[in-house]
Amino acid sequence: MAGQEQKSSQSRDENEDVDPGTPAPAPAAPQASEATEGVDDLLDEIDGVLESNAEEFVRGFVQKGGQ
Amino acid sequence: MPSTEHGPEALPAGGALRVMGSETEYGIHAPATPSANATYLSSQVIAAYAKLTRERLHASPGAGWDYTDESPLRDARGWSVRRNQAHPDLLTDLEPVLTAEGVALAHGPAELELDGDQEPALMNLVLGNGARLYVDHAHPEYSSPEVTNPLDAVLWDSAGDAVVLTAVRALSADSERGPINLYKNNTDGKGASYGSHENYLVPRAVPFIDLVRGLTPFFVTRQLVCGAGRVGLGQDGRTPGYQVSQRADFFEAEVGLETTMRRPIINTRDEPHAVADKYRRLHVIVGDANCSHVANYLKFGTTALVLSVIEAGVAPEIEVHEPVGAMHRLSHDTDLRETVRLLDGRHLTGLEVQWLYLEAAAKLAADAGVAAEHGGDGHTATVLRLWERALTDLETDHDAAAGYIEWAAKQKVLEGYRARDGLGWNDARLGLIDIQWSDVRPERGLAYRLISKGSLERLVDDRDIARAAIDPPSDTRAWFRGKSIQRFPANVASASWDSVVFSPPGSYRLQRVPTREPLRGTRALTEPLFEGHKDIQGFLDALLGEHHT
Repeated sequence: MAGQEQKSSQSRDENEDVDPGTPAPAPAAPQASEATEGVDDLLDEIDGVLESNAEEFVRGFVQKGGQ
Repeated sequence: MPSTEHGPEALPAGGALRVMGSETEYGIHAPATPSANATYLSSQVIAAYAKLTRERLHASPGAGWDYTDESPLRDARGWSVRRNQAHPDLLTDLEPVLTAEGVALAHGPAELELDGDQEPALMNLVLGNGARLYVDHAHPEYSSPEVTNPLDAVLWDSAGDAVVLTAVRALSADSERGPINLYKNNTDGKGASYGSHENYLVPRAVPFIDLVRGLTPFFVTRQLVCGAGRVGLGQDGRTPGYQVSQRADFFEAEVGLETTMRRPIINTRDEPHAVADKYRRLHVIVGDANCSHVANYLKFGTTALVLSVIEAGVAPEIEVHEPVGAMHRLSHDTDLRETVRLLDGRHLTGLEVQWLYLEAAAKLAADAGVAAEHGGDGHTATVLRLWERALTDLETDHDAAAGYIEWAAKQKVLEGYRARDGLGWNDARLGLIDIQWSDVRPERGLAYRLISKGSLERLVDDRDIARAAIDPPSDTRAWFRGKSIQRFPANVASASWDSVVFSPPGSYRLQRVPTREPLRGTRALTEPLFEGHKDIQGFLDALLGEHHT
């Protein structure tokens, strides 16, 4: 949630602004080591590009009328 | 169109070939200025693209919209809504003019920053690829040019993502306001929904009631193949959970004219944008906007096939009891065990209903001789093959389905997070993933990232998409529209689906060229005219001379 996203060392592109001093992330929860590697890699990559404050972002995403 | 001596090329019947197109309304969000006016932000997107177009073509910003033939109040059931009784949202046949007052009236206090040196806010643009880019209510909307097959529908719909991406990139490069982000989704999860519509040309001779009967069970179940997936249940998303469709919960009626309230499964807007005696344009509003190429392809391909089945009078005899409720229930059941009750007493799962349509479509296409992989119409075999693969995988191999079925792919990511981080469905992080799934920026949009990694199957490559953002399809009237704008940007005053209006140099008189036959104005028919007349006067003389004789 808010501010808790781990910035993965594996993610690229958008992640250039990540503090280079950030240590390699520990899994956010113990279940991670049990997950299949493919999904793990995918989630690590997604971690690297998620907006930084989920709570605030989701709350602020308000749309006006549409078809 | 000119070239009246050439009859329109008819498309092979009985399969997935048909004149069709997409309309995509993008969600819009400026995170740094969340209270900014959405209509104004949308107009900035259109203006940014207009500016780029002008720079590229060294000319005027592109053509405006010709409203002459709009008829949004005409109902396919045989009547028209009276203007003074229509909801203002339905009056899409008038040029919207963005003023601070109008925006404030429509959407509450405006925070307009219309500086004195700005041009009037731009609401409408016809592009050189034959598409329309405009402000619809409070969203930027891209309407693709007309195409003749589902693969081109995916290509020119994806081109819209490329167009708006170009615009938001330009805006973020020279703005202090922070980025304007666009999302190819259909709801904010708080009660608002915005559509992604499809259009299909159907012979006028097909009774509308046949379309209602044949399409309703198909539309109730189609989401299982082409739903985009959504975090949250109910229109406001307040009930925690995950469902198949972005749009399903917003449907409240079976048949109707409205598109913004009491949304119907079958929309009756009868605005053909073509020879009205000959065609109707079926306006489909139940679909989700798709980032997955295959889901998008199946959305257009299977619907085109089912229309052929209805036209041939061989649709499966299915009548769903309370289809609106059935649509919601199917969307809420990602295990796909939910059944729909038919009026004849049968109970079928959503996938079983889809199988019946697939079987009818496969038989018709085989009988019509268009279904062969080699020697068929070039498209129908692929649609049938991918449709069958989708239904089979959804029944037996969910993980395989997650490689191309959009809701299953998104579910796999979300379940991965739930397993790894122990998140409940009401966790904001899952809501964020749902939204960011469809961010049009490929480095941020999760679906686009999966496509570039090969985790989500690709049907069209980025180079073809980039080209489709510039060039029109060659086999419909969109070619004439797009090429006119490309070639004579300073002399096309406005355009619409069924017209191009030229302003000849040195004359105040406009020359309106009707384009009511969607299969004319093709490259084959009009390229010689463009090639033979490099200057606008010679071009118009040849075009109108030919047209008037």
